[in-house]
Amino acid sequence: MNQSFSTISLTVNDRAVTVPANPKRRLSEVLRQDLALTGTKSGCDAGDCGACTVLLDGAAVCACLTPLIRVQGRAVTTVEGLSGDTLAPLQRSFLRHGAAQCGICTPGMLTTATALLAEVPQPSRAQTEAALGGVLCRCTGYAKIIDAVMDVTDAPAPNHAAGAAVGAPVERLDGPPKATGAEVFGADHIPQNTLLVRAIRSPHHAADFTFGDIKAWAAAQHPPIHVFTAADIPGRNRFGVIPSFADQPALAESHTRHRGEAVALVAGEPATLEALDLGTFPITWTPRPDNLKPQSDTLIHPDRPENTLITGKVSTGNPDTAIDKATHRATGQITTAYVEHAYIEPEAGVAWIEGDTLVIQACTQAPIMDRDDTARILALAPERVRIIPAAAGGGFGSKLDLSLQPLIGLVALKTGRPARMVFTRGESMTATTKRHPASMTATIGCDATGRITGMRFGGTFNTGAYASWGPTVAVRVPVHASGPYRTPAYHATACAVHSNGPPSGAFRGFGVPQAAILQETLYDDLALQAGLDRLAFRRLNALQDGDRTPCGQEIHGVGIADCLDALQPAWDEALTQAAAFNADNAMLKRGVGVASCWYGCGNTALPNPSTIRLGITPDGTLRIHQGATDIGQGANTVIPQIAADALGMPLAQFQIIGPDTALTPDCGKTSASRQTFITGTAALRAGQSLRAKILALTNMGPNATLALHGHTLTVTDAQSESRITLSSLPADPQGYVLSTEETYDPPTQALDENGQGVPYAVYGYGAQLAQVEVDTTLGTTRVRHITAAHDLGRVINPLLAQGQVEGGVAQGLGMALMEEFIPGRTENLHDYLIPTTGDMPEIRSIFIEKPDPEGPLGAKGLGEHVLIPTAPAILNAIRHATGARITRLPALPHRVLAAIKAAQ
Amino acid sequence: MIPYARPSTLTEALQHLAEVPATIAAGCTDLFPATDRPALAGPILDLTGIAGLDGIDHQEGAWRIGANATWTDLLRAELPPAFDMLKEAATEVGSIQIQNAGTVVGNICNASPAADGVPPLLALDAEIALASRNGTRQLALRDFLTGPRQTALAPGEIVTALHIPDTATTGRSRFLKLGARRYLVISIAMVAARLEVHNNHVTQAALAVGACGPVATRLPDLEAALANQPVDVLPDLITEASIAPALSPIDDIRATAAYRLTAAAELLRRAVRDLTGGQP
Repeated sequence: MNQSFSTISLTVNDRAVTVPANPKRRLSEVLRQDLALTGTKSGCDAGDCGACTVLLDGAAVCACLTPLIRVQGRAVTTVEGLSGDTLAPLQRSFLRHGAAQCGICTPGMLTTATALLAEVPQPSRAQTEAALGGVLCRCTGYAKIIDAVMDVTDAPAPNHAAGAAVGAPVERLDGPPKATGAEVFGADHIPQNTLLVRAIRSPHHAADFTFGDIKAWAAAQHPPIHVFTAADIPGRNRFGVIPSFADQPALAESHTRHRGEAVALVAGEPATLEALDLGTFPITWTPRPDNLKPQSDTLIHPDRPENTLITGKVSTGNPDTAIDKATHRATGQITTAYVEHAYIEPEAGVAWIEGDTLVIQACTQAPIMDRDDTARILALAPERVRIIPAAAGGGFGSKLDLSLQPLIGLVALKTGRPARMVFTRGESMTATTKRHPASMTATIGCDATGRITGMRFGGTFNTGAYASWGPTVAVRVPVHASGPYRTPAYHATACAVHSNGPPSGAFRGFGVPQAAILQETLYDDLALQAGLDRLAFRRLNALQDGDRTPCGQEIHGVGIADCLDALQPAWDEALTQAAAFNADNAMLKRGVGVASCWYGCGNTALPNPSTIRLGITPDGTLRIHQGATDIGQGANTVIPQIAADALGMPLAQFQIIGPDTALTPDCGKTSASRQTFITGTAALRAGQSLRAKILALTNMGPNATLALHGHTLTVTDAQSESRITLSSLPADPQGYVLSTEETYDPPTQALDENGQGVPYAVYGYGAQLAQVEVDTTLGTTRVRHITAAHDLGRVINPLLAQGQVEGGVAQGLGMALMEEFIPGRTENLHDYLIPTTGDMPEIRSIFIEKPDPEGPLGAKGLGEHVLIPTAPAILNAIRHATGARITRLPALPHRVLAAIKAAQ
Repeated sequence: MIPYARPSTLTEALQHLAEVPATIAAGCTDLFPATDRPALAGPILDLTGIAGLDGIDHQEGAWRIGANATWTDLLRAELPPAFDMLKEAATEVGSIQIQNAGTVVGNICNASPAADGVPPLLALDAEIALASRNGTRQLALRDFLTGPRQTALAPGEIVTALHIPDTATTGRSRFLKLGARRYLVISIAMVAARLEVHNNHVTQAALAVGACGPVATRLPDLEAALANQPVDVLPDLITEASIAPALSPIDDIRATAAYRLTAAAELLRRAVRDLTGGQP
């Protein structure tokens, strides 16, 4: 009866296989490690995310919850089994609809949908939502995934002619591997002879620690393992995304400042490390009193008085007088929660030594910053560290910071062997950054006609144990807290204060989404007091071309009024519908809310250049070196689109050299909604520059067309045709016979002590309308529709832009209604809730194209903007429906019900 | 050798369990989430090779849900309307992926205060069939669940099935679950209601509430109060005061205790209205 189970036989993707294995092992591990079918993703190892879904005799199951023995003699289908030589129609449909962004959930979505379609070939929307309810996606807001499943047709990808790429709904150029499972994410590259690395982490929010006999413990393992501590770090054991605030140790030295902080690494043969009980590691913890909320009792960093990291300020005019004299005044306070990025890919990567270079292939949003900080920690020259960004299974800001790079780098450096680390879901949630919890107060005044006269805003942002992006949040918030509205007298401060919570860092919007909640809910108060329609009130105050912002910056290409105008028909209709519904219903109440956003693209008054290289080889290969990391947002597609049209060659002819610090020039970090704008401008200039070189070489006019066939480049204009034989030209050291490199850094101007200056060269604008239905006896909220109008300046790719909007709305909805990270309590994806298919409203995107004078082809950033208006629009709609004023987020049912009762 | 037993008969399983204390496994949907390791730890006794524990059938005056029956098996079984609430709960257990693997009996044995299966099974007067080398015994579900994550399962014992007596399969039923999102969610509160109605009067009421105390519970006092009442007064009889004595909700990350009480009463009123044809 007690079989030995030395091998287990099964059928995988119609192939009979026999694996020597532990019957108790997760099927997901066996597929990924033993069978090298890494298309099956592990997101949580708990059945909470569905990324590992495979078909077992045709039924969808989580491979992470299936012991290997359970598949003995049975048939398993993974994402790799869905396609043959060509993509299956469902996979094509995913690409055609833009259903894959980062792609980490795509395999699980595809397998789950395959099971649905086998049973119900033409599922309804409700059936599709229900079937996919167990697979989480953090990028798409599900809309395009559901469309793709409901509309499977085998249409081929369209071709886009020369000059016609910009503005076309180009499918992701990096899409196919995401649909087949071939994409290489951080956990997917496993070189031979790789050591597995695990971290010993603090179980306390704050604690001192001492090690026992580590050597004896390591030697006692079978076979012996390696242990590394801070004492083994050869360089400076302090890192941080902003060098002057660098304060975070790669491994803590004598005490820890937040739960989940790493203090030691263990490394060894994978089988040994997997089985190792880290609870036996010789360490003694002495907990310290901890502060999870910002307060000044116990200093977390001795050199930061009152635990204050930094305070940002923007001040203009005399807001106190303006508010005193205002006809209407609204004052409020809002508290928001820690929000977890909850990308479905936990941090993962592998490091190895190649010659005298340390190579790190890991998930990241910021390869050059990773390289420089890792080099400092490991006492290497930056050029001795090469960062190859793995496909990032979602980032949203958190993968800007170092996570495992210095840790696996240290092990590879010390042992000479490849070293690999994959965070557990719990590690990912405890050890990496969060959105800042904010506690904010504000007062805004307007005159009798409804024009804003002054605003005061003050916020404390819990920046957690380490600086991370706290300084950026403290600076960005005061710049943006007015919203995209004329505010002649203004005083805003944001103070980043330490606590023993996880480090708060970058999360889509850098504090601006929190501030917008307060400002936009107060705008509803003022509109009501002034007796104005809430949309009209915003329209009245919207910034116009030539206006000055609270920083004193004169701005142009301002599209907020256009966005608000675009919402007018939907607004009128929604208000009428809500009134009619509410007249007939007592328990369910519908409401409509609106909120706006503006957001400066790029670093705040700091240089952040991007460089794009284009080249043509002697054999006629056209390459773009595109170093902007694509974390799902689409840089791999949008940047080549811009370059293609600028050069005047078909997009399909480009070979894309993706981010790699050895192969691509610096395109900065994927952050601050900067890639389309800044790297896009570099791509535009590079395309124009290469075109100019070709035209000069052939002495042709500016309207000539270019055609590349084999090693012949043909240039044609109305009068003549000229051919360049590429193979006859000399190649440069990069191997190119024709090449160019262009850099762009946006023009900004430092802010003075009152925050006056030019913080950003380009802003993007948007406004969203939320329609909700509130159950007034249970306090539950269902968001029925979101209409999102965003000014993109120029829409480079409408398909990807819609995807950004829908995904941003999903994160905004989660922030409004369900997301609350509590250290030590919600460190998994069943206690920490993000929206599922069934929580998403119908989303309609409206794109405004009000060209920006500085942006490439007029384009503006979009990635963060889309999240900002969602939460305040929803809260305003809840209030419109019920009178409930929510002051603490998320608006969980019990909070909404209490607010409804308080309003009655 | 890796201690993993997958016997094909119950006798073998009980013999094994008597010799090696082991974790009993079926769907594994609660076992794997309890570890972040790539494999389950410790000795495992896997029941899924025992054909006798499969399936859902009717025999000798009761429905039997075998220990290996998954939530999907339950959803596909033809059962009287009294089971509708259990099927509604089945669609709320995790996701389709979980329903395809997780078992009804496993949900009971895991004994979470928020187990979706428990309120409907309480309202079906479910009995737990237990076997050990010393024989078999049967316990009422309410006696089997002794606390959060605690059951009356004795060492050496295996739950072989749930039995639903025909006396409890009368009437129609409804399950309502409240969570902060639509799918894959742990309840804030949930209710199961089974009503037998004749001539617009209640002849039998079975009501249960989950996630509002250490274990889900029936509401015998309220059930008695509803008996023989005309259906149109039922919602008025279901108040927070009428259910509070049976419940002991707590404040936690999902809701406050007071809210849970409010929600449970409201969900019960809605379930009863649904069953009696009233407007929700």
